[in-house]
Amino acid sequence: MKRHLISTGDLTRDDATLILDTAEEMARISQRSIKKLPTLRGRTVVNLFYEDSTRTRISFEAAAKRLSADVINFSARGSSVSKGESLKDTALTLEAMGADAVVIRHAASGAPHRLATWVRGSVVNAGDGTHEHPTQALLDAFSIRRRLGRIEGLKVAIVGDVLHSRVARSNVLLLHTLGAEVTLVAPPTLLPVAVETWPCQVSYDLDAVLPKSDVVMMLRVQLERMNAAYFPSAREYSRRYGLDRDRFARLHDDAVVMHPGPMNRGMEISAEVADSPRSTIVEQVTNGVTVRMAVLYLLLGGSEPAIGGAE
Amino acid sequence: MSDARNQVRAVLEGPDIHRALTRIAHEILERTRGAESVVLLGIPTRGATLAQRIAGRIAQFEGIKVPVGALDVTMYRDDLRLKPARPLGRTELPPDGVDGRTVVLVDDVLYSGRTVRAALDALNDVGRPKAVQLATLVDRGHRELPIRADYVGKNLPTSKSEKVKVFLQETDGRDAVVLIKEDGR
Repeated sequence: MKRHLISTGDLTRDDATLILDTAEEMARISQRSIKKLPTLRGRTVVNLFYEDSTRTRISFEAAAKRLSADVINFSARGSSVSKGESLKDTALTLEAMGADAVVIRHAASGAPHRLATWVRGSVVNAGDGTHEHPTQALLDAFSIRRRLGRIEGLKVAIVGDVLHSRVARSNVLLLHTLGAEVTLVAPPTLLPVAVETWPCQVSYDLDAVLPKSDVVMMLRVQLERMNAAYFPSAREYSRRYGLDRDRFARLHDDAVVMHPGPMNRGMEISAEVADSPRSTIVEQVTNGVTVRMAVLYLLLGGSEPAIGGAE
Repeated sequence: MSDARNQVRAVLEGPDIHRALTRIAHEILERTRGAESVVLLGIPTRGATLAQRIAGRIAQFEGIKVPVGALDVTMYRDDLRLKPARPLGRTELPPDGVDGRTVVLVDDVLYSGRTVRAALDALNDVGRPKAVQLATLVDRGHRELPIRADYVGKNLPTSKSEKVKVFLQETDGRDAVVLIKEDGR
């Protein structure tokens, strides 16, 4: 059966746990002097990036290479896309080259879903518009589990620009599946429509949520996606929804602070908080490679994928 | 194994396994001159358990603590593409590693030899042992590769249509090796 990783909503609790457990083994291997495994020899992974990305693309590339897959990097800039080639035609070209997996980042929500109907290989969503970014949520969950030892029963606050965030949606779905209690905290203008149907709580008051939280995940304010005024000024946003030293002091002692990066230091998170030992921001990058190794292994490491949703 | 159509026969019981492991421990001590630079690496899941037990025996007989660990070979297997992606086992190397040591690989059943080939590849990525030896609780024959065991608990002639299953207290609640004959063959 053909399976993909397009939404964390497609993952069962067993799937998600299998990915995290596999990532744990991958992390141990990543500490060896020889980090390469022969597992995906002869498989081809195409990184299809229609949007700029540094950490996600490099992370997928490193993950595929450590498993000995051949990696083809494709970025829209400097390709036939700039000559007007459609996603479908690009997909068919990749298909003709024999891609076993296509990792796609696209500005349009739903692009990976469409792509999955055109290619034979597995599709991995590396971020589509404001929809989802499943591997980011998986690496966040992995980072939480490594720091706090569990996910079940934890109180997680996801704070900030939920409206433009694909990370928020993927995290809400995944963390809910894994048994955490998620609260979204944002100004009303930065919450998506129908947020009440998501499996989480919603609050407008960061100060009320913080003392109860085990994990505080700060989202980047995506100014580049904002074509209207969603809040009066950066300063006001920062005062009401930014994680500064004073708010940080009100967290309980074991709570951790996360950010998917790239950060706007001084806006949603102060530099002091971002660099504190209770921030997982640097680990999140390291964990990104091991989690993506786990995902690629479970999708491509056998006769058929062990995880993911069918199309 | 509860399938009524299959014939199930216990080949080794608890005390037999106990004696076989005791003998293997003695043989390892003998052939490696006191197991001085030996590292025992079990192949998960049951090989890892057996490695622990052999290490326990060696400690009991000679009072030395042989480093013991586990080596998962899943990602080095040559039959990955024949089955859906499998969960990984745990690799646990002793703190001093395997460089310059005599590694004794431990597995429960030796059959085609492909697991051991994968283990040799995996070992290659974690260090450079001085020598590699192989211990197995059951050798059931039908090798497909030029691999043999140095220490064997029991040679068990089987036909390819039969299955050999090892049960161990730690993982299965009892010690036994059973031979399963599928009926109508």
